[in-house]
Amino acid sequence: MTVVDKIVPDEEKAGARTPPRPTLRHRLSRWDVKVSPYLYIAPFFVVFGIVGLFPLLYTAYVSLFSWEAGDDDPSFIGLDNFKELFADTQFWNALENTVSIFLLSSVPQLIIAVLLAALLSARIRGATGWRVGVLLPYAASLVALGIIFANLFGPKYGLVNGLLQTIGLDPVDWQAGRFSSHVAIAIMVNWRWTGYNALIVLAAMQAIPKELHEAALIDGAGTARRFFSVTLPLLKPTLIFVTITSTIGGLQIFTEPKLFDAMPGSNNGGSSNQFQTVTLYLYQTAFENYELGYASAIAWVLFVIIVLIALVNFFLTGRLTAVKKK
Amino acid sequence: MRSIRNGLVLALGITMTAFGLAACGGDDGGTPAASDPNAKVELSLATFTEFGYEELIPEYERLHPNIKITHRKTGQGGPYHQDLITKLAAGSGLADVSAVEEGHLSNVLDKGSKFNDLTKIGPAEASPDRWLGWKYDAAKTKDGKVIGYGTDIGPLAMCYRKDMLEAAGMPSDPEAVKPLFATWDSYFAAGEQYVAKTGGKAWFDSAAQNFNAMVNQLPTGYIGGDDKLAVESNQGIKDAWTKVTGAVAKGQSAKLTAFSNEWNSGFKQGAFATKVCPAWMLGVIEEHSGPENAGKWAVTAAFPGGGGNWGGSYLTVPTQSKHPKEAAELAAWLTAPEQQIKAFKAKGTFPSQVKALEDPALLSETDAYFGGAKIGQLFAEQAKKVAKPQYKGPGDGQIQENASSPALQAVEQGKSADEGWTQLLDAAKKITR
Repeated sequence: MTVVDKIVPDEEKAGARTPPRPTLRHRLSRWDVKVSPYLYIAPFFVVFGIVGLFPLLYTAYVSLFSWEAGDDDPSFIGLDNFKELFADTQFWNALENTVSIFLLSSVPQLIIAVLLAALLSARIRGATGWRVGVLLPYAASLVALGIIFANLFGPKYGLVNGLLQTIGLDPVDWQAGRFSSHVAIAIMVNWRWTGYNALIVLAAMQAIPKELHEAALIDGAGTARRFFSVTLPLLKPTLIFVTITSTIGGLQIFTEPKLFDAMPGSNNGGSSNQFQTVTLYLYQTAFENYELGYASAIAWVLFVIIVLIALVNFFLTGRLTAVKKK
Repeated sequence: MRSIRNGLVLALGITMTAFGLAACGGDDGGTPAASDPNAKVELSLATFTEFGYEELIPEYERLHPNIKITHRKTGQGGPYHQDLITKLAAGSGLADVSAVEEGHLSNVLDKGSKFNDLTKIGPAEASPDRWLGWKYDAAKTKDGKVIGYGTDIGPLAMCYRKDMLEAAGMPSDPEAVKPLFATWDSYFAAGEQYVAKTGGKAWFDSAAQNFNAMVNQLPTGYIGGDDKLAVESNQGIKDAWTKVTGAVAKGQSAKLTAFSNEWNSGFKQGAFATKVCPAWMLGVIEEHSGPENAGKWAVTAAFPGGGGNWGGSYLTVPTQSKHPKEAAELAAWLTAPEQQIKAFKAKGTFPSQVKALEDPALLSETDAYFGGAKIGQLFAEQAKKVAKPQYKGPGDGQIQENASSPALQAVEQGKSADEGWTQLLDAAKKITR
């Protein structure tokens, strides 16, 4: 940069006096230095602009209208969609459901993933086989899993209730209750993601230097002590990463609740919206009721919520790493 | 991240709309054929599930050498109609002849300006008296345009488990059961009796299945003639609600959501003794009950409260079509009695044409699974019992799908009838706001 800066004034002076033959080369090389990096990264930003930024901004624009699909001239209503949304009990209900399903899935998921990783990093026969095994649910089709689980949790003829009855418990109408439906959906999510997260944690676990464990062993630390005092603290960055990715996944949960509904194709999330998530409500508003303006408002509120959660995550990450440095 | 995706989904729909507008260019090519009857015309026909038109299309092409037909088939009705509404909004992309199912008709009638009036462009032989009066009238918009030619119908009868009624010591012969199914009161009274005699077995499959039929029989439905929500002012709806939820409280419902996996299994398990039964339901019952239950099911020419219809479709010609006249001719030909009889033989779609209902080929049709019942004659008889069609205002279909059916499901899952009614009202108000 500095070299170019120095050359420029000289060249311009020279250019005023002599024909621009040498300056063309210089100019080209100057452009090359200045412009090329932007060109190299441009494809990403162009694509992002078309499929990411433009829709985002256009959604904001649409959210200011009462816009039904096929409306010839949608009417501008300002922030009325948002006003209505904040008073919309169905939206708050959907938000509660989303958070509840997210907590019910992410918390047990992370605990089990860490324990699974600990088991997998122990000396076992056919380690690769086991590791591939825990990843299998992740490789299976989400829709197929959804259909199978909806069957398993069927209130009358489902396998889960069959087992409950065999061991003498009362059957549960999984779809009917708010909590029971959230538990069933969380199980679906955990089935798919626990193994995946376990493998990420496992990779981090194996990167922990053996010397630390050996030193702890010499100091007389048992297996449990070594796990809690050596392994876990060193896993912190990985756990934060896994938490963030499962937060993103948890807040966009859609397929599982949609397929869990007994009514085929329904977007209601149960008879009284007891497991309708925000994205399911958004989808219903846009593509079943064709209220594109209102759906855009939902999308934007959800966006803001996710930005807030991302900021909290960012803040926490910063604090945790700061603590580590001390 | 998430909302970028949400935005994307939305914007995708919107840009697709824009694309549709931009892509308005004609792939059909050619000049409007009105000037030259022999000019080549390419027509498209869009249907969903099975209409039984596979053999008919080549036949039409043989009769009209200048016409080439592309048939687009969609497996399921739900996605098909979502696509239909989107393309209707986009202003392009629809087939010249587009099928519309009865349950989605209210949404389409609401957008009647985007369809051709078939009384204006259709051929003379497709006159109103070709169809059953109620079928023809149901496709009329508020300002009197006829936007669709009727294809098939789903006249309602009652299906029941002969063996289960017998075991309960109740009449089980198709003639003898008719009084049980005379009115909704007698139907639910018989249900009470059945539950008592069997020690708590369910009488019907799902509350919503009965409720939908009951509301359909009322002179006016969820939406009044002024296109405003009429659930609160329509006493008939409240009465139907009280009757159905009363029956649920007495244990008459098997509480199976229609078309769910549990419902499918319910047929095999013999979870319920009677079933609201449009003509096309016979195939569904046979499929899910399986060969082990052959001969146990029966069907009778009776339906509580008279007659009713559930299902059946129309062929429409959207104004997007570049060859509306030729498209209307094709639609008229496909929905002629002769062709619908062939479609009936191919796929069992029950014809809506008066002449087809008198056709010996239809009347002689029997069903071995249902003990050799003369189903052709039976459903033709039931079709004639249907009263005039109820006006379906905008949002009618959604209220049934997303307000009343879920509310009844909630009652079956333990909500009180009053709470359920409030839920229905709230959801219906939201849909029509």
